[in-house]
Amino acid sequence: MQTQTKSLETFRKETRQWLEDHCPQSMRIPVSSFEETFMGGRNPEFTSEDQRIWFERMRDRGWTAPDWPQVYGGGGLNQQEYRVLKEEMSLINCRAPLWSFGLMMLGPALLQFGTEKQKKKYLTEIARGEVWWCQGYSEPGAGSDLANLQTRAVDKGDHYEVTGQKVWTSYADKADMIFCLVRTDPNASKHTGISFLLIDMTSKGVSTQPIKLISGKSPFCETFFDRVRVSKENIVGAENYGWTIAKYLLTHERSGIGVVAKSIPLYEKALAFNGLKKGPLPDPVLRAEIARWSIDEEAMKLTLERSYDESKEGKEPGAKSSFFKYYSSELNKRKYELLLSCGGHDALVWGNRYEEGKLARDMCRTKGNSIEGGTSEIQLNIISKHILRLPNK
Amino acid sequence: MALILNEEQQMIRQAAREFFQANAPVSQLRALRDSRDPLGYEPSLWQSMMDMGWHAMLIPEQYGGLGMGLSEMGQVLEESGRTLTSSPLLTTGVLGVSSIVFCHNEQLKSEILPAIADGSVSIALAHEETHTHKSVPESVMAEIDGQAFRLTGKKKFVVDGTNANRLIVTAKEGHRTALFLVPSSAKGVTMTKRIMMDSRYAAEISFDRVLVEPELRLDQGERGQDLLEKILDTGRIALSAELLGIGQEAYDRTLAYLKERKQFGVPIGSFQGLQHRAAHLFCELELCKSLIIKTLNAFDEGKDIRVLASMTKSKLSEVVQHTTNEAIQMFGGIGMTDDEEIGFFMKRARVAQQMFGDANFHIHRFASLKGF
Repeated sequence: MQTQTKSLETFRKETRQWLEDHCPQSMRIPVSSFEETFMGGRNPEFTSEDQRIWFERMRDRGWTAPDWPQVYGGGGLNQQEYRVLKEEMSLINCRAPLWSFGLMMLGPALLQFGTEKQKKKYLTEIARGEVWWCQGYSEPGAGSDLANLQTRAVDKGDHYEVTGQKVWTSYADKADMIFCLVRTDPNASKHTGISFLLIDMTSKGVSTQPIKLISGKSPFCETFFDRVRVSKENIVGAENYGWTIAKYLLTHERSGIGVVAKSIPLYEKALAFNGLKKGPLPDPVLRAEIARWSIDEEAMKLTLERSYDESKEGKEPGAKSSFFKYYSSELNKRKYELLLSCGGHDALVWGNRYEEGKLARDMCRTKGNSIEGGTSEIQLNIISKHILRLPNK
Repeated sequence: MALILNEEQQMIRQAAREFFQANAPVSQLRALRDSRDPLGYEPSLWQSMMDMGWHAMLIPEQYGGLGMGLSEMGQVLEESGRTLTSSPLLTTGVLGVSSIVFCHNEQLKSEILPAIADGSVSIALAHEETHTHKSVPESVMAEIDGQAFRLTGKKKFVVDGTNANRLIVTAKEGHRTALFLVPSSAKGVTMTKRIMMDSRYAAEISFDRVLVEPELRLDQGERGQDLLEKILDTGRIALSAELLGIGQEAYDRTLAYLKERKQFGVPIGSFQGLQHRAAHLFCELELCKSLIIKTLNAFDEGKDIRVLASMTKSKLSEVVQHTTNEAIQMFGGIGMTDDEEIGFFMKRARVAQQMFGDANFHIHRFASLKGF
């Protein structure tokens, strides 16, 4: 124990020094959203030279995926070291070197269910930022009822032939690969006939179409598969085992590293809209609603902190992720309605460009928070069933 | 500090839970109510609680107490909320003790704290003057009479006022706030007992030129209003801990009822219209738990507690109001009957919500403290 503590302290010292020496100054200004982070891919796009340097230095250390094994391109850190790295990055506001669906979603699934060959190839590519992955889950007829998905993968001996349509595939127009839920057994019950398949977006028969949202833009696409040939090596886990993997991913989605800018408190924005440096805000009702929201937001933050403390004691978060998702989504929607109220008609400007009407457009976008990734109603169903153990009808 | 209970706190909580469930179920409150009990609590129960040392938890060891923090007391209060136990724990054990512990009157500390610990002194806080809570006393006046003071005016909603043998009276002395420890038997003190919604008693007390010796003034060498705010915040946090117990128990009982009560041939808990409301309440109560544990910790770490106290009291008041309302609605007709205990939870919650400022009061206070 003593030596372990000591070596952890050494690791902290060395890490602090290394970050100090290698993180460019401009990469120590937090991003305001993850979209400003380098996302990798076969045709990488860097927004600055510093961004490229920072990514490459972290990549070469395996610290794009610090807790993955080194043989798969990761940093091989244990959980304590990983925590230290995150803390040290936070101290000097380091940005994440890489942000991708591969790191957050596909990686954890492959680590758990992939073959050795798949792990070597795909995890390494992900950690090195060489391939941009997107996610193919939802379909026009399979939203909240995801297991109703109809995209078919027909067994053709040495390969599958995939036909169908996915929707809400973020960045499908930019992605190199897609991880998909497909139906391999149409005669099985709807949860048991699904497989988890990896498909190259450059395959013959794959096409995408962007979706414009009520906010005026979006990274979302529809993705079409027309008799796409996919090697059988590209299935993750056993055939018809896909639903288990999808469920695993729901609770094991990985959180990223790096610092996102602290948002300005809502009440400070409210004061600024009124040209005030201090209170009270002129509208007493709005003031009370902002106070109520601020208290709820702080209570939610404390709840996440408490859950983290409990997990260190060995308590599993379990279905609580549904509670966090539900409450955070609703909080964000409330926040933007309050901001819009604070801004009055000034906040209603839409303009021609997104930046011109950012607040109004962002507010529209928040409506999707309680729909994407499982609607609020689905989260409440999960809480009822798995936490409250209320009976099914 | 981690937002989880330490081992000692878990043990206190477990002991308190077993004690209250065994010795003070809701049926005891009902019996006290129905018999119009003169005290409003069971003296033998209070004696047992004192035997456990709970009345002296917050008294430093040098004065004969247990020297524990509000984090430990919070566990007892939360569990007493689950059974709606009526006792002087809040008034004497939290408000009375804290007032004396926080003040800088050393003589008073060495006299009164051991006397609370041995059970001979009980205290009620006489502060409210109008129909809603205000932090600053305005109508009870303290006039200087030689070295001593004379108190004149009326106090309301003095919880346990008729039972306590000492009163802490807040007053206006010139432009300042002053606090005095007054024997209930002092000449010029008259009380009227009021039975409140929660079957507990509060007094209306009038002071007619009541003589108070200068050594019984609590605020010495400090701003009286600062001392009072600290006492009030302690009470707000303590009430919030009790509210959490009330809310959780009302919720647990409702959840059990949803699984048991059948209509249309199925348990009513299978209806999505009720499931989603129950799930939402679950989330709200989880937020409440986090606020409580954070606030109790911060209090014991000696941090400025004002913002957290108001956040916690407002959130707990709102959530427990909502929870007890939903409880009665989900119990349906049976929830409206006096035979069913769920109504007792709503009634106690309303009193605890109002005491030392309701949700609205603390939402405004939070906004003011945050500067908007």
